[in-house]
Amino acid sequence: MNTYEPHIYELSTPGKHGASLPMLDVPESTLPADLLRQDGLADFPELTEPEVVRHYTRISQRNYSVDTGYYPLGSCTMKWNPKLNEEAARMAGFAAAHPLQDAADAQGALQLIYELQEYLGEIAGFPAVSLQPAAGAHGEFAGILVFRAYHLDRGDHDRVEVLVPTSAHGTNPATAAMTGLKVVEVKGDARGNVDLDDLRAKVSPRTAGMMLTNPNTLGLFDEQIVEICEIVHSVGGLMYGDGANFNAILGIAKPGELGFDFMHYNLHKTFSTPHGGGGPGSGAVGCSAALAPFLPGPVVVKNADGSYALANPEKAIGRMKAFHGNFGMLVRAWTYIRTLGAAGLREVSEMAVLNANYVRVKLKDVYPQAIDRICMHESVLKGQIAGAPKDVRTLDIAKRLIDYGFHPPTIYFPLIVSEALMIEPTETESKQTLDVFIDTMLQIAREAVETPELLHAAPTTAPVRRVDEVRAARQPILRYDREAIARVRSE
Amino acid sequence: MLQAVGVADTADLFVDVPAAKRFPTLNLPAPLSEPELVRELLALSGQNANAHSHTIFLGAGAYNHFVPAAVDQILRRGEFYTAYTPYQPEISQGTLQSIFEYQSLITSLTGMEIANASHYDGATALAEAAIMALNVVRGRRKIVVARNVNPQYRAVLRTYLQALDVTITGDETPGTGVAEALAQVDDQTALVILQSPDFMGQIHDLRGVAEQVQAQGALLCLHFDPIALGLFQTPGQVGADIATAEGQPLGIGLNFGGPYLGIFTTKQKHVHKIAGRIVGITKDVDGQLAYVLTLRAREQDIRRERATSNICTNQALMALASTVYMSLMGKQGMRRVAELCYHRAHYAAAEIAKLPGYRVITPGTFFKEFAVALPRPAAEINAALRSQGIIGGYDLASDEPQLGNAMLLAVTEMTSKADIDRLVGVLGGM
Amino acid sequence: MSYNVPAELRYSKSDEWVRVEGDELVIGITDFAQDQLGDIVYIELPKVGALITPGESFGVIESVKASSDLYAPVGGEVVAVNGDLEASQEPINRDPYGEGWLIRVRPSGAEEELLDAAAYTAFCEERGH
Repeated sequence: MNTYEPHIYELSTPGKHGASLPMLDVPESTLPADLLRQDGLADFPELTEPEVVRHYTRISQRNYSVDTGYYPLGSCTMKWNPKLNEEAARMAGFAAAHPLQDAADAQGALQLIYELQEYLGEIAGFPAVSLQPAAGAHGEFAGILVFRAYHLDRGDHDRVEVLVPTSAHGTNPATAAMTGLKVVEVKGDARGNVDLDDLRAKVSPRTAGMMLTNPNTLGLFDEQIVEICEIVHSVGGLMYGDGANFNAILGIAKPGELGFDFMHYNLHKTFSTPHGGGGPGSGAVGCSAALAPFLPGPVVVKNADGSYALANPEKAIGRMKAFHGNFGMLVRAWTYIRTLGAAGLREVSEMAVLNANYVRVKLKDVYPQAIDRICMHESVLKGQIAGAPKDVRTLDIAKRLIDYGFHPPTIYFPLIVSEALMIEPTETESKQTLDVFIDTMLQIAREAVETPELLHAAPTTAPVRRVDEVRAARQPILRYDREAIARVRSE
Repeated sequence: MLQAVGVADTADLFVDVPAAKRFPTLNLPAPLSEPELVRELLALSGQNANAHSHTIFLGAGAYNHFVPAAVDQILRRGEFYTAYTPYQPEISQGTLQSIFEYQSLITSLTGMEIANASHYDGATALAEAAIMALNVVRGRRKIVVARNVNPQYRAVLRTYLQALDVTITGDETPGTGVAEALAQVDDQTALVILQSPDFMGQIHDLRGVAEQVQAQGALLCLHFDPIALGLFQTPGQVGADIATAEGQPLGIGLNFGGPYLGIFTTKQKHVHKIAGRIVGITKDVDGQLAYVLTLRAREQDIRRERATSNICTNQALMALASTVYMSLMGKQGMRRVAELCYHRAHYAAAEIAKLPGYRVITPGTFFKEFAVALPRPAAEINAALRSQGIIGGYDLASDEPQLGNAMLLAVTEMTSKADIDRLVGVLGGM
Repeated sequence: MSYNVPAELRYSKSDEWVRVEGDELVIGITDFAQDQLGDIVYIELPKVGALITPGESFGVIESVKASSDLYAPVGGEVVAVNGDLEASQEPINRDPYGEGWLIRVRPSGAEEELLDAAAYTAFCEERGH
């Protein structure tokens, strides 16, 4: 099944088609000849339904996925995607409802949005939630726009800096740049927390706010979180919570109670909506009462008569996308929360953290832990194996895991840890799976010392082996081009 | 496991959380089993009118087009929908090849040189086009957008650019369009944004417009309807620098507004300035052809505060839906869908125009959507239609009040002659 | 690992080198910089006639895994650009002080604080190499 599958254009035969369409049942109108396309879609492929289905089924088999295997992928939370969620999102009243139909005709959809707003607010301790943003980064963008709008609304025009820890996801500094703000980096301390002295030195009346992931990207819960929030608030700054790691603290702590003013939720991580090979995600946002008037709209409100309606917050920063957010993802997240309830959600985090610590303690003697502490839902280890040749890198360990049937962990992130290996088991994996993974990691460590060539050559069992990324970037081929592809083949 | 970790209880794993804030109560509904939850979900779903239960003439940016059964069969393959972002090319060839095929099909459809792996939706693709233009045409801080670009897209554009020192203009005056926008272009303009078919459904002849815009040193972004390209002039043909679209009509359900698909295309020379992912072709160490995410140094995780966009996901699964859709339709199907839309929409317009008090007010040529002046407020007409099982048109009262009583009606290959005759029957009785 | 740091050049702390050629200055990136970046896959350089300012970005250089601004070590007017690099960036990795040169400038006199070869070598070592 790992054999090469041709490009869809190479499977085309003139005259074929794969869809059944109605006959024209009205008189033909004149087509405006000078406005028509000239090429008759000459490049477009022509295939039958079985040919198309077989092609995409075949290429699907060249993918790794949660349904086929275990992903210890730190920061990404590749938990099980419950199948009920997929059924729910496909119910006709959700999947075939038009976003602009009259509110009276969409009460079920609006109720679901309203309830999800309420649930997410309750889980994170925020009085207001908007489900508009389409992804975590989109939520971050909304959040920093809200910070800006809030300060400006108070006549506070000089807040041009955003504090970001050196360990942050790239989206944090990129978000600040998109909103015209300057990034000020804050260092970490020896325990992997924010360095409070450095933070105190960097806050000022120019501080618009701080973006912080907690648990942080080292998989550690910052014990000084309350003080951090106080320091930022003391200069009039606001605290942004990056919810990428929220799955560790459901029912354990509410960011709103810890001192965060705003947070995005990655529904595609914490709330089990599937990753889809890179999206769609969903990046709901929640905030304090003070920031609520600025949330992106529309949001759903409940009228006095119990009906639901769309409304824009009073000083909304605007809309982040067309319509009401990635609704199909909202249905899945709603279903997930209703399946688990309060106790179930807390158990999610407890098991995620227990699993992560179990893997950590079993591996840390061989793969040194970046900072030796109890971790949250993930741990950051180093691919530095005692006795292995210097040219065995974390990348080699990651690629060797593929040969054993696992997806590699996240590697080389966070940037502050050299040879980082970030492992997030999630709560949905069994002890049996974790034990096999641990044994495999230990086996690879032995190979790194005894037969390092196996690691350098890996993977050898995947659909393709290591690829030449330099070639792809120097002579980019970004669409089907028969001659260019033939050149690559013949080189 | 607890013993291995060295704690007595799972609660001990959370000692780093300040004690006073630890283990808060979550006030949530009690959990339900799968059959109980299915019943609740069906009850919620059942309250929503939808394109399966009703005849629908509502469009305005989201359209009821045919989705072949095979599309969802492929989307439901766990290997696609439960896969992560294809950062490990060795075990992500399926997603990577599907995105490469998407890029190929979109460039064939649009006549543009390159497409990225997609944005959140059409509106955000358009906003990213504006950000790219500001980076390509350095030093210019003005974006001109025509009034007849979808109002929600114009709103998103303003959201995206609100923190940057940029002027957005050209769309202030009701009833204006392409010509008035073009008149605003000057030596400070970085980008001109036009839509065709526009929000009122009109298809514009844009030959020569790109040259006119480019002569002023600005770029042209054209927002298009991918279904219209089965028949009509492509953005590549008219020389657009950037072309964006809402990809929902390409095999993606209405989904009450999302997830949809943001199509983004441009010229090869701008490839290092675009946001989002892009897939290329290379070889593996055995010389086998392989797909890989490429030109990654543009992206936020590498460029951080020097990045021009923070986008981190794409709509990979929705791009797959559109890829399967375009492959099934093929050359003939794409044209046939466009013809069905065009002829049925024109039949509907002609029949409505015969009714006293009704007038088609979209000027020039339209494709699948057109505006109608009504004898009574759109809300009243929609209520009457609704009582007959028809979801009516988009009420233009709040966007274009100068039109008086008016609505947009969308007709697709899903709307039969019988559906249209039933609509006309109700309208005639008002 | 030791890097090639020619004695006759001067260096910026952002890893560009400057060579005097008559009235003009030639600018490139150092061996250390090319090694840190890895295989260069893209470079964006200013046009002839552009003015560059010390300490400010005059271009972008990218490898597969990194992206970096190029910072002007001196001020002046760009009189020539190594146009060959647009099609092939490989000379920057292979021969950063020769074929891999980036731009030629008629200097205005303004300069960043520049290091001599010994000081620059020490600066590279400080950064852990």
